[in-house]
Amino acid sequence: MSQLPLVSQPPRPNTWHMYRAMVGIGILCGLLIVGVFELTKPVIARNKAEALQRAIFQVLPEANSSKTFRLEGEDGFAVHEGTEADGVQLVYAGYDEAGQLIGIAIEAQGMGYQDVIRVIYGYSFDKDAVIGIRVLESKETPGLGTKIETDPDFLKNFERLDVALTADLSAVANPIEFVKPGKKEQAWQVDGITGATISSNAIANILGASTANWIPRIRRGLEDFRATGGEAI
Amino acid sequence: MAGLDQTTDKRGTDEFIKGLWRENPVFVQVLGMCPVLAVTNTAMNALAMGLATMFVLVMSNIVISSLRSFIPKQVRIATYILVIATFVTVTDYVIAAISLDLHKALGAFISLIVVNCLILGRAEAFASKNTVGKSIMDGLGMGVGFVFALLCLGAVREIFGSGSLFGVELFHERFQDWVMMVLPAGGFFTLAGWLLLFNWMKERKARARSLEEEAA
Repeated sequence: MSQLPLVSQPPRPNTWHMYRAMVGIGILCGLLIVGVFELTKPVIARNKAEALQRAIFQVLPEANSSKTFRLEGEDGFAVHEGTEADGVQLVYAGYDEAGQLIGIAIEAQGMGYQDVIRVIYGYSFDKDAVIGIRVLESKETPGLGTKIETDPDFLKNFERLDVALTADLSAVANPIEFVKPGKKEQAWQVDGITGATISSNAIANILGASTANWIPRIRRGLEDFRATGGEAI
Repeated sequence: MAGLDQTTDKRGTDEFIKGLWRENPVFVQVLGMCPVLAVTNTAMNALAMGLATMFVLVMSNIVISSLRSFIPKQVRIATYILVIATFVTVTDYVIAAISLDLHKALGAFISLIVVNCLILGRAEAFASKNTVGKSIMDGLGMGVGFVFALLCLGAVREIFGSGSLFGVELFHERFQDWVMMVLPAGGFFTLAGWLLLFNWMKERKARARSLEEEAA
């Protein structure tokens, strides 16, 4: 870089000036970030809660009220008041107008191509299948990995993805399986996306792990969800 | 690049206009190639990234030009990065507070702005030597030029790669998308095409001028 015309340069670097500039600007920047963080935190939390509520009704389209449940013990569920808390695993039950239980919305997450992908999916008791999925948070490559949210052929996988249980309700009979694009033959297979293989595979893995864990428990705890009914919130 | 800008006594409007065309950050200075190649696979992505970059560019130009006599030469780069990173973080939180959907669409790019050498380049080459007013004009001009360039790439890549523009389908559904255009290779091809066009136009203009001079 050529000589700076506006800054008169001391013969030896003045340490005090250097500290003053770096530390001073550092403190100001820190304060600015903390200020903006504190100001936007409640708004962001509210946005996230609203987005979650919207997503619950999107993955359980027939529901028009929902209730939050937390896992109690191995496979019992109890109504959960308030917001998310550490160490509590939550699921969201959806009810129709008559208060009939329709299905359960479950949050799941796992590693994608760049960062963790968070999704929510709907499980229907009638169809014994996953009936919808929404991505809540992802940092996948725009235009490629983000096809997991927009590609209509890929989303068709989740209109009725079979997760039927074995006879003793202990496990999913046919774990969700990822196959190459266009190779889907069974109701429990997920077709990949060309150009987004890693991201679409990640979604299949996330769903596979989460359904294997949750669906047997939810099935065994079915009465807990029915018992409370679905009075409007 | 360093030779292009010294302390200038041009008017503010000139500072604005030079960024649009004559010193366009992408097509002439070839700065900030990482976002240019990475996020221009659709026109919407390109526009959003361009606007976010422009905001950070203008804000950091303002701060750096107003602090230019306070920052010793030895620590200037570290200080500039500190200021730029702060504005990027602030932008990140503010966008998340305004709309989560928008934040989701932009999430992957926002942190990329910190390493965009266009911003550090303008801080070093212009804002650190000029008044606040001129630095604002410079930031706006370079920002608009950057948005323009990103849109040029994004539009071409989306039209060929997805058969649409800003998400609106353009062709018959039997149009076979050129998947390659959305992939990184397509970014290089498109950029090369635009650079070729710009250099050809520049050369033609230079030749016309030299002919005029000969005639005169």
